[in-house]
Amino acid sequence: MSPLSDSTVARLRALVDRSAEQARYEIGELIGEGGMGSVYLARDRELDRDVALKVLRDAAPTPDERERIVREARILASLEHPGIVPIHDVGTLPDGRLFYVMKRVRGERFDDFVRGSRSRTELLRAFLQMCDAVAFAHAAGVIHRDLKPQNVMLGAFGEVLVLDWGVAKTSRSPRPGVGEAAAGTAAGTPGYMAPEQLSGEADERADVYGLGGVLFFLLTSEHPSPARDTADQWGSGTTVPPALRAICGRARAAHPAARYQSVKSMAADVANYLDALPVVAHAEGILERARRIALRHRTAILLVLAYLAMRVALLVFTRG
Amino acid sequence: MGFPTTHISLVRRAGSGDVATRTGAEESLAAVYWAPIYTHVRLAHRQEPADAEDLTQGFFAQALERGLFARYDPERARFRSYVRRCVDSYVANALQAERRLKRGGTAAFVSIEVAEIEGRLTSEGDSGADADAAFEREWVRSVLADAVRQLRERYRAAGRLGQLMLFERYELADTDDTRPTYAELAAELGIPVTQVTNWLAAARRDFRAIVLDTVRALSGSDDEFRADMRDLLGVAPR
Repeated sequence: MSPLSDSTVARLRALVDRSAEQARYEIGELIGEGGMGSVYLARDRELDRDVALKVLRDAAPTPDERERIVREARILASLEHPGIVPIHDVGTLPDGRLFYVMKRVRGERFDDFVRGSRSRTELLRAFLQMCDAVAFAHAAGVIHRDLKPQNVMLGAFGEVLVLDWGVAKTSRSPRPGVGEAAAGTAAGTPGYMAPEQLSGEADERADVYGLGGVLFFLLTSEHPSPARDTADQWGSGTTVPPALRAICGRARAAHPAARYQSVKSMAADVANYLDALPVVAHAEGILERARRIALRHRTAILLVLAYLAMRVALLVFTRG
Repeated sequence: MGFPTTHISLVRRAGSGDVATRTGAEESLAAVYWAPIYTHVRLAHRQEPADAEDLTQGFFAQALERGLFARYDPERARFRSYVRRCVDSYVANALQAERRLKRGGTAAFVSIEVAEIEGRLTSEGDSGADADAAFEREWVRSVLADAVRQLRERYRAAGRLGQLMLFERYELADTDDTRPTYAELAAELGIPVTQVTNWLAAARRDFRAIVLDTVRALSGSDDEFRADMRDLLGVAPR
């Protein structure tokens, strides 16, 4: 027998202790990459199912990176909502890389979904589901801070799932600030990141700003520019209704106080638009109001018009 | 509920009436126990290296001759405790009679480098250390080394040389400083990093199964097996 050094013996002992757990997941193809890590398709041998395995890229993560991924897993585990991807497991690979295991979402990324030939109504209904998941997280004290189309998936049955809570901030952390982006540093994606995030400050209104960016993308198929005011980005020939542009504009106001104060109030305005009800963010003109009321009551109006047409036809026929 | 016994214990096979079975089991036991017993004789009986080596060889010669392993009763003690008591008894008798078994009087049971054990005793300053702890430590080392040997045999026979190479390079590196990264191994073998991860995971799983089988085979009972895994390897067998 060949001799084993003390450090090898220690390593093999630890390996015997851990290997059953680690061998549980067989890693497959790369399905996504983020700033901190990669997401692989994996097979859970124990439960015989496909899962998504997020692995921190760095084999020697800094304590802050390690804390962030563990915290993301904990945040996800604390949020039980149909619009938030459930987490199954968390662990460390033998080379030191951290991983956590999530439900594998089969479906389409939201940006691809938008670029497909979908009706505006269908897209807005998906957007409302997204708002519902984010509002749920806010109620649990969690701010996502990186909402963008790439971080949203649409499942095979039309369910909307908000992903990538890697830079999320929780107000219920026992040690506020630990593992989060350090104060004074930015966390988020340009164009979708609220201005106040540049100074490391963010409450749920930062997510309102991000959702405003998602709404802009949904309506234009273009990412919002971080350098320009939203009102200047619609283009002269835009077909986007003024009420939706107003909702987007309010959500993306530079100052948090000028935005919707909650995701729920923003979602309510979008729902109002879909139901042809007045939108808080938009002061409509007389013609616009008439058009909206006509749209809202179009069935009744069509019935009345059909009735009147029939009466007129009957009158002409009897006189003739 | 006891852990299911799926492996015929080496300890039980050492008591077999079939000579070939018994001899094979005794040689396997000797392979794992040689270094722990040598260490025990050196520390607990304060013997010089050459004398400890003679006494260790002599003990195995007597164990074979008198069927000591076959007489083990799992109801009365753990197998390791039994072996140690037998060694203590043998050494005491040998010293009292002021006789030594001649070196090489019987065939060597294992190819063991006494110098390596001595090196560890010296570096650990174990001359006055706890002999029991040293015995247990050498036992763990022997079990793991034997499991590595079995893994090598199994993988070579199956032609899984890439997996074996990965396991040896990554898990058997002398120090953490000399371990290559997954990316380096992947580049060396021309395979994706994910395959390195999967191959290593499979090799670790196989290695763990071999260790469990080995410890189970060295145990006199299921309870002893579970206690050995917990106490010596820090593992709760599943």
